Amino acid sequence: MAALAPASRTDSRFEPALMRRKVTGTLFYGACVAAIALLLLTLIVLLVDVFVRAAPWLDLQFLTSPPSSRPARAGILPAIVGTLEIGIIVGVVTFPIGVAAAIYLVEYASDSWINRLLQTNISNLAGVPSIIYGILGLAVFVRALAMGPTILAAALTLSLLILPVVIIASVEALKAVPHAQREGAYALGASRWQMVSRSVLPAAAPGIMTGVILAMARAIGEAAPLILIGAFTFVTFLPNPISGQYTVLPIQIYGWANRPQDDFQGISAAAIVVILALMLILNALALIVRARLSRHIQW
Amino acid sequence: MSAVPISLTRRRPVGERIIERLLFLAAAVGVVTTLGIIAVLAFETIEFFLAVSPIDFFTGTHWSALIKPQSWGVLALVSGTLLVALIALVIAIPLGLLAAVLLAEYASPRVRTVVKPILETIAGVPTIVLGFFGLNFIAPHVLRPLLGPDNIGTFSALAGGIVVGILITPLIASISEDSMRAVPRGLREGAFAMGATKFEVVRKVVFPAAVSGIMASIILAMSRAIGETMAVVLVVGTKPQLTFDPTESIQTMTAFIVQISIGETAQGSIEYKSLFAVGSTLFLMTFVLNLLSGWVVRRFRTAY
Amino acid sequence: MTLDMPDAPPAVPAESADGQAPAIRITALAREPRPDALGAEPVIELRDVSCYYGSFRAVRNVDISVARQRITALIGPSGCGKSTLLRTMNRMNDLVPSYRTEGRVLFDGQDLFAPGVDPVAVRRRVGMVFQKPNPFPKSVYDNVAFGPRINGYKGNMDELVERSLRRAALWDDVKDKLKQSGMALSGGQQQRLCIARTIAIEPEVILMDEPCSALDPRSTLQIEELMAELKRDYTIIIVTHNMQQAARASDTTIFMTMGDDRAGYVVETGETIQIFTNPKHRLTEDYVSGRFG
Repeated sequence: MAALAPASRTDSRFEPALMRRKVTGTLFYGACVAAIALLLLTLIVLLVDVFVRAAPWLDLQFLTSPPSSRPARAGILPAIVGTLEIGIIVGVVTFPIGVAAAIYLVEYASDSWINRLLQTNISNLAGVPSIIYGILGLAVFVRALAMGPTILAAALTLSLLILPVVIIASVEALKAVPHAQREGAYALGASRWQMVSRSVLPAAAPGIMTGVILAMARAIGEAAPLILIGAFTFVTFLPNPISGQYTVLPIQIYGWANRPQDDFQGISAAAIVVILALMLILNALALIVRARLSRHIQW
Repeated sequence: MSAVPISLTRRRPVGERIIERLLFLAAAVGVVTTLGIIAVLAFETIEFFLAVSPIDFFTGTHWSALIKPQSWGVLALVSGTLLVALIALVIAIPLGLLAAVLLAEYASPRVRTVVKPILETIAGVPTIVLGFFGLNFIAPHVLRPLLGPDNIGTFSALAGGIVVGILITPLIASISEDSMRAVPRGLREGAFAMGATKFEVVRKVVFPAAVSGIMASIILAMSRAIGETMAVVLVVGTKPQLTFDPTESIQTMTAFIVQISIGETAQGSIEYKSLFAVGSTLFLMTFVLNLLSGWVVRRFRTAY
Repeated sequence: MTLDMPDAPPAVPAESADGQAPAIRITALAREPRPDALGAEPVIELRDVSCYYGSFRAVRNVDISVARQRITALIGPSGCGKSTLLRTMNRMNDLVPSYRTEGRVLFDGQDLFAPGVDPVAVRRRVGMVFQKPNPFPKSVYDNVAFGPRINGYKGNMDELVERSLRRAALWDDVKDKLKQSGMALSGGQQQRLCIARTIAIEPEVILMDEPCSALDPRSTLQIEELMAELKRDYTIIIVTHNMQQAARASDTTIFMTMGDDRAGYVVETGETIQIFTNPKHRLTEDYVSGRFG
């Protein structure tokens, strides 16, 4: 491999063993590629496995019917509606609070102990297991505030869960706005809020919206906290947001997957296909929103 | 010179100050959440400890909440949780780090556009889906044929660990990749200029320089693995026991919380309160790990 | 300054550098020492070299010879391709994905871009010191020992580290803090550490890419004195923006500038004293007198 003549120096005590080092390097590169290949293979096997199981069950009747104790007649309409209701409430709650918190942290907060506390706190919250939020929601929303096990309590719990995600994404988006944008607004005599609302926010909007949409996707895929908030797997009517039983897609998947019969595994897989499709739609939406909002932004 | 006609000392308008207050309140929601979590957990946990000795709780190795006689040795759940987390790390550390190196050091922009979405998709799949995959594919179609049907059952810590390992791999990969990318190009060039091969540059320069971020990613992934619920609850079983045998059925702390929440457990009963005691234990473990990862980043960070 | 090209070079088998690989035939020029315009034996010769980043030609048609054990300065306005040209001499630019070299870069008569030539082996023989000091975040000792370790040094490492640090005029500064981080040193010390690190693997040529641009005047002077010391054993090629530095420190000067196509080319090569006092070309005169650049 190496083709340079030996060094002209006489006393060289270097033995570079290039061949061996190159082989080691190639093996390592091979390991990297193998790791990625294994991950890709896992993902493909997962998707194929789920789709193959789901195929016999996926039809219009499945999408438009309530659950049933007989798999052939079961459907997921209440779960879809519950998931959408929760997704919307979560978006409506976390968007203003999350963006406002991010604006405070990036544009207003001085380097005081209390602001550092706010910041550390948010990154720590992002690491709290989701099921702990379920315990919080159970004690606060369901019991103390007497909302009961409803869509509203579930949505507020999930809002607290993804708020740190929305804040962190928004902070990143705001920080990515060049400093010159702020100085430009100030130089025109803008107050701080005018600077933020007219100069920084529009520039950061693509990043913020993407973050919010992806956080919503995260929320509707989350099931653990809702088990504590009393989500049921057998709801035959369309859920009302503020009263009565409800279910959502991941809980429905869990409920069916827990039953030993193959047919229930099949409709569980069919529900997985539906939630994956929903995720795909939200991700596509995030891409579209980003593209539309950033048409005028270039730096 | 005559006086300046325009006042330069105008007070900040009231509106501006109200806006700042409101923004501050939004930022403070997080602190309220944290305090809420701590208060809720502490309140019922103290209630629990009035009935059950904390010493028995933290040192006992037998856990039986739903079958009499009851026994509250949380180590049975903690060991199950740690077993799953360790198996997950054994899988995710090599996979995640190799993927991170590929992305940060080897991949051309075109390869990145293929590899990145693979990791992001895995990270975005709802964890219940991975649980389903563990139950219906990994356990029956990978582990049973591999180990023999006599050696592993439907439910096992190993299947849970594999599923959680898949789940935390993207986390390790993405944080480690960021931290490798933060290593200045000059360091790599310096090593190349001394006749280092690419692998030597990665192993002897980039990796040591990025080690704080890499360690932090592993600790965070461990925290995530400990707190993961839906991916394990379908796969590991419902048999709390202190064991190091990965083929055994076990129960994690999160799986116990699910089990107790689904059952008909009366509020105020000891079983109900045990949910909070286990929740507190889980919260403390993940909290310590999260603090530790932050400390590692600060303590071992390379200043360039 | 260009030489007449010899006839088609015979292919000669080259020994493999590590003694394990099967010998690969590469083309090399006949090894009779051919004096360049200045009468010294050339160690690096560029023959009609053009450098491309993608479709952009950054440097065109360069023919130069670099004499052994002298200091050669590459000067010229910003963006004229000095660094690019320097980086072809140890194939550092191979790390840039879209980069491509045309022409031949001869090192001891062998074409560095011939098929089968390993850039890793090239870089061990043609060392490089960078614009911004880039010590590794390791101890001073490990910084110097890095190259010898990866290149399989069989001698006494402590001696080699001390010898390298002494030759880089850094030993007295750091002999009590060999275990401390190399990044804790001052900027000038860091750059001398990088020079020590480079000479520890005993290259034949040291390329220096504006090594003093990040340093204060005192540290700059120390590096220049060090270069004068090092040229007894090494061939040094230095890219510099600083004309006084080129005038003070170099023996030979190569002046480059940019054409209308934004590609850099060599205008004039000669003894430094001649370039600065009696330039042959009008562009050179404008540049060295400060009227352009």
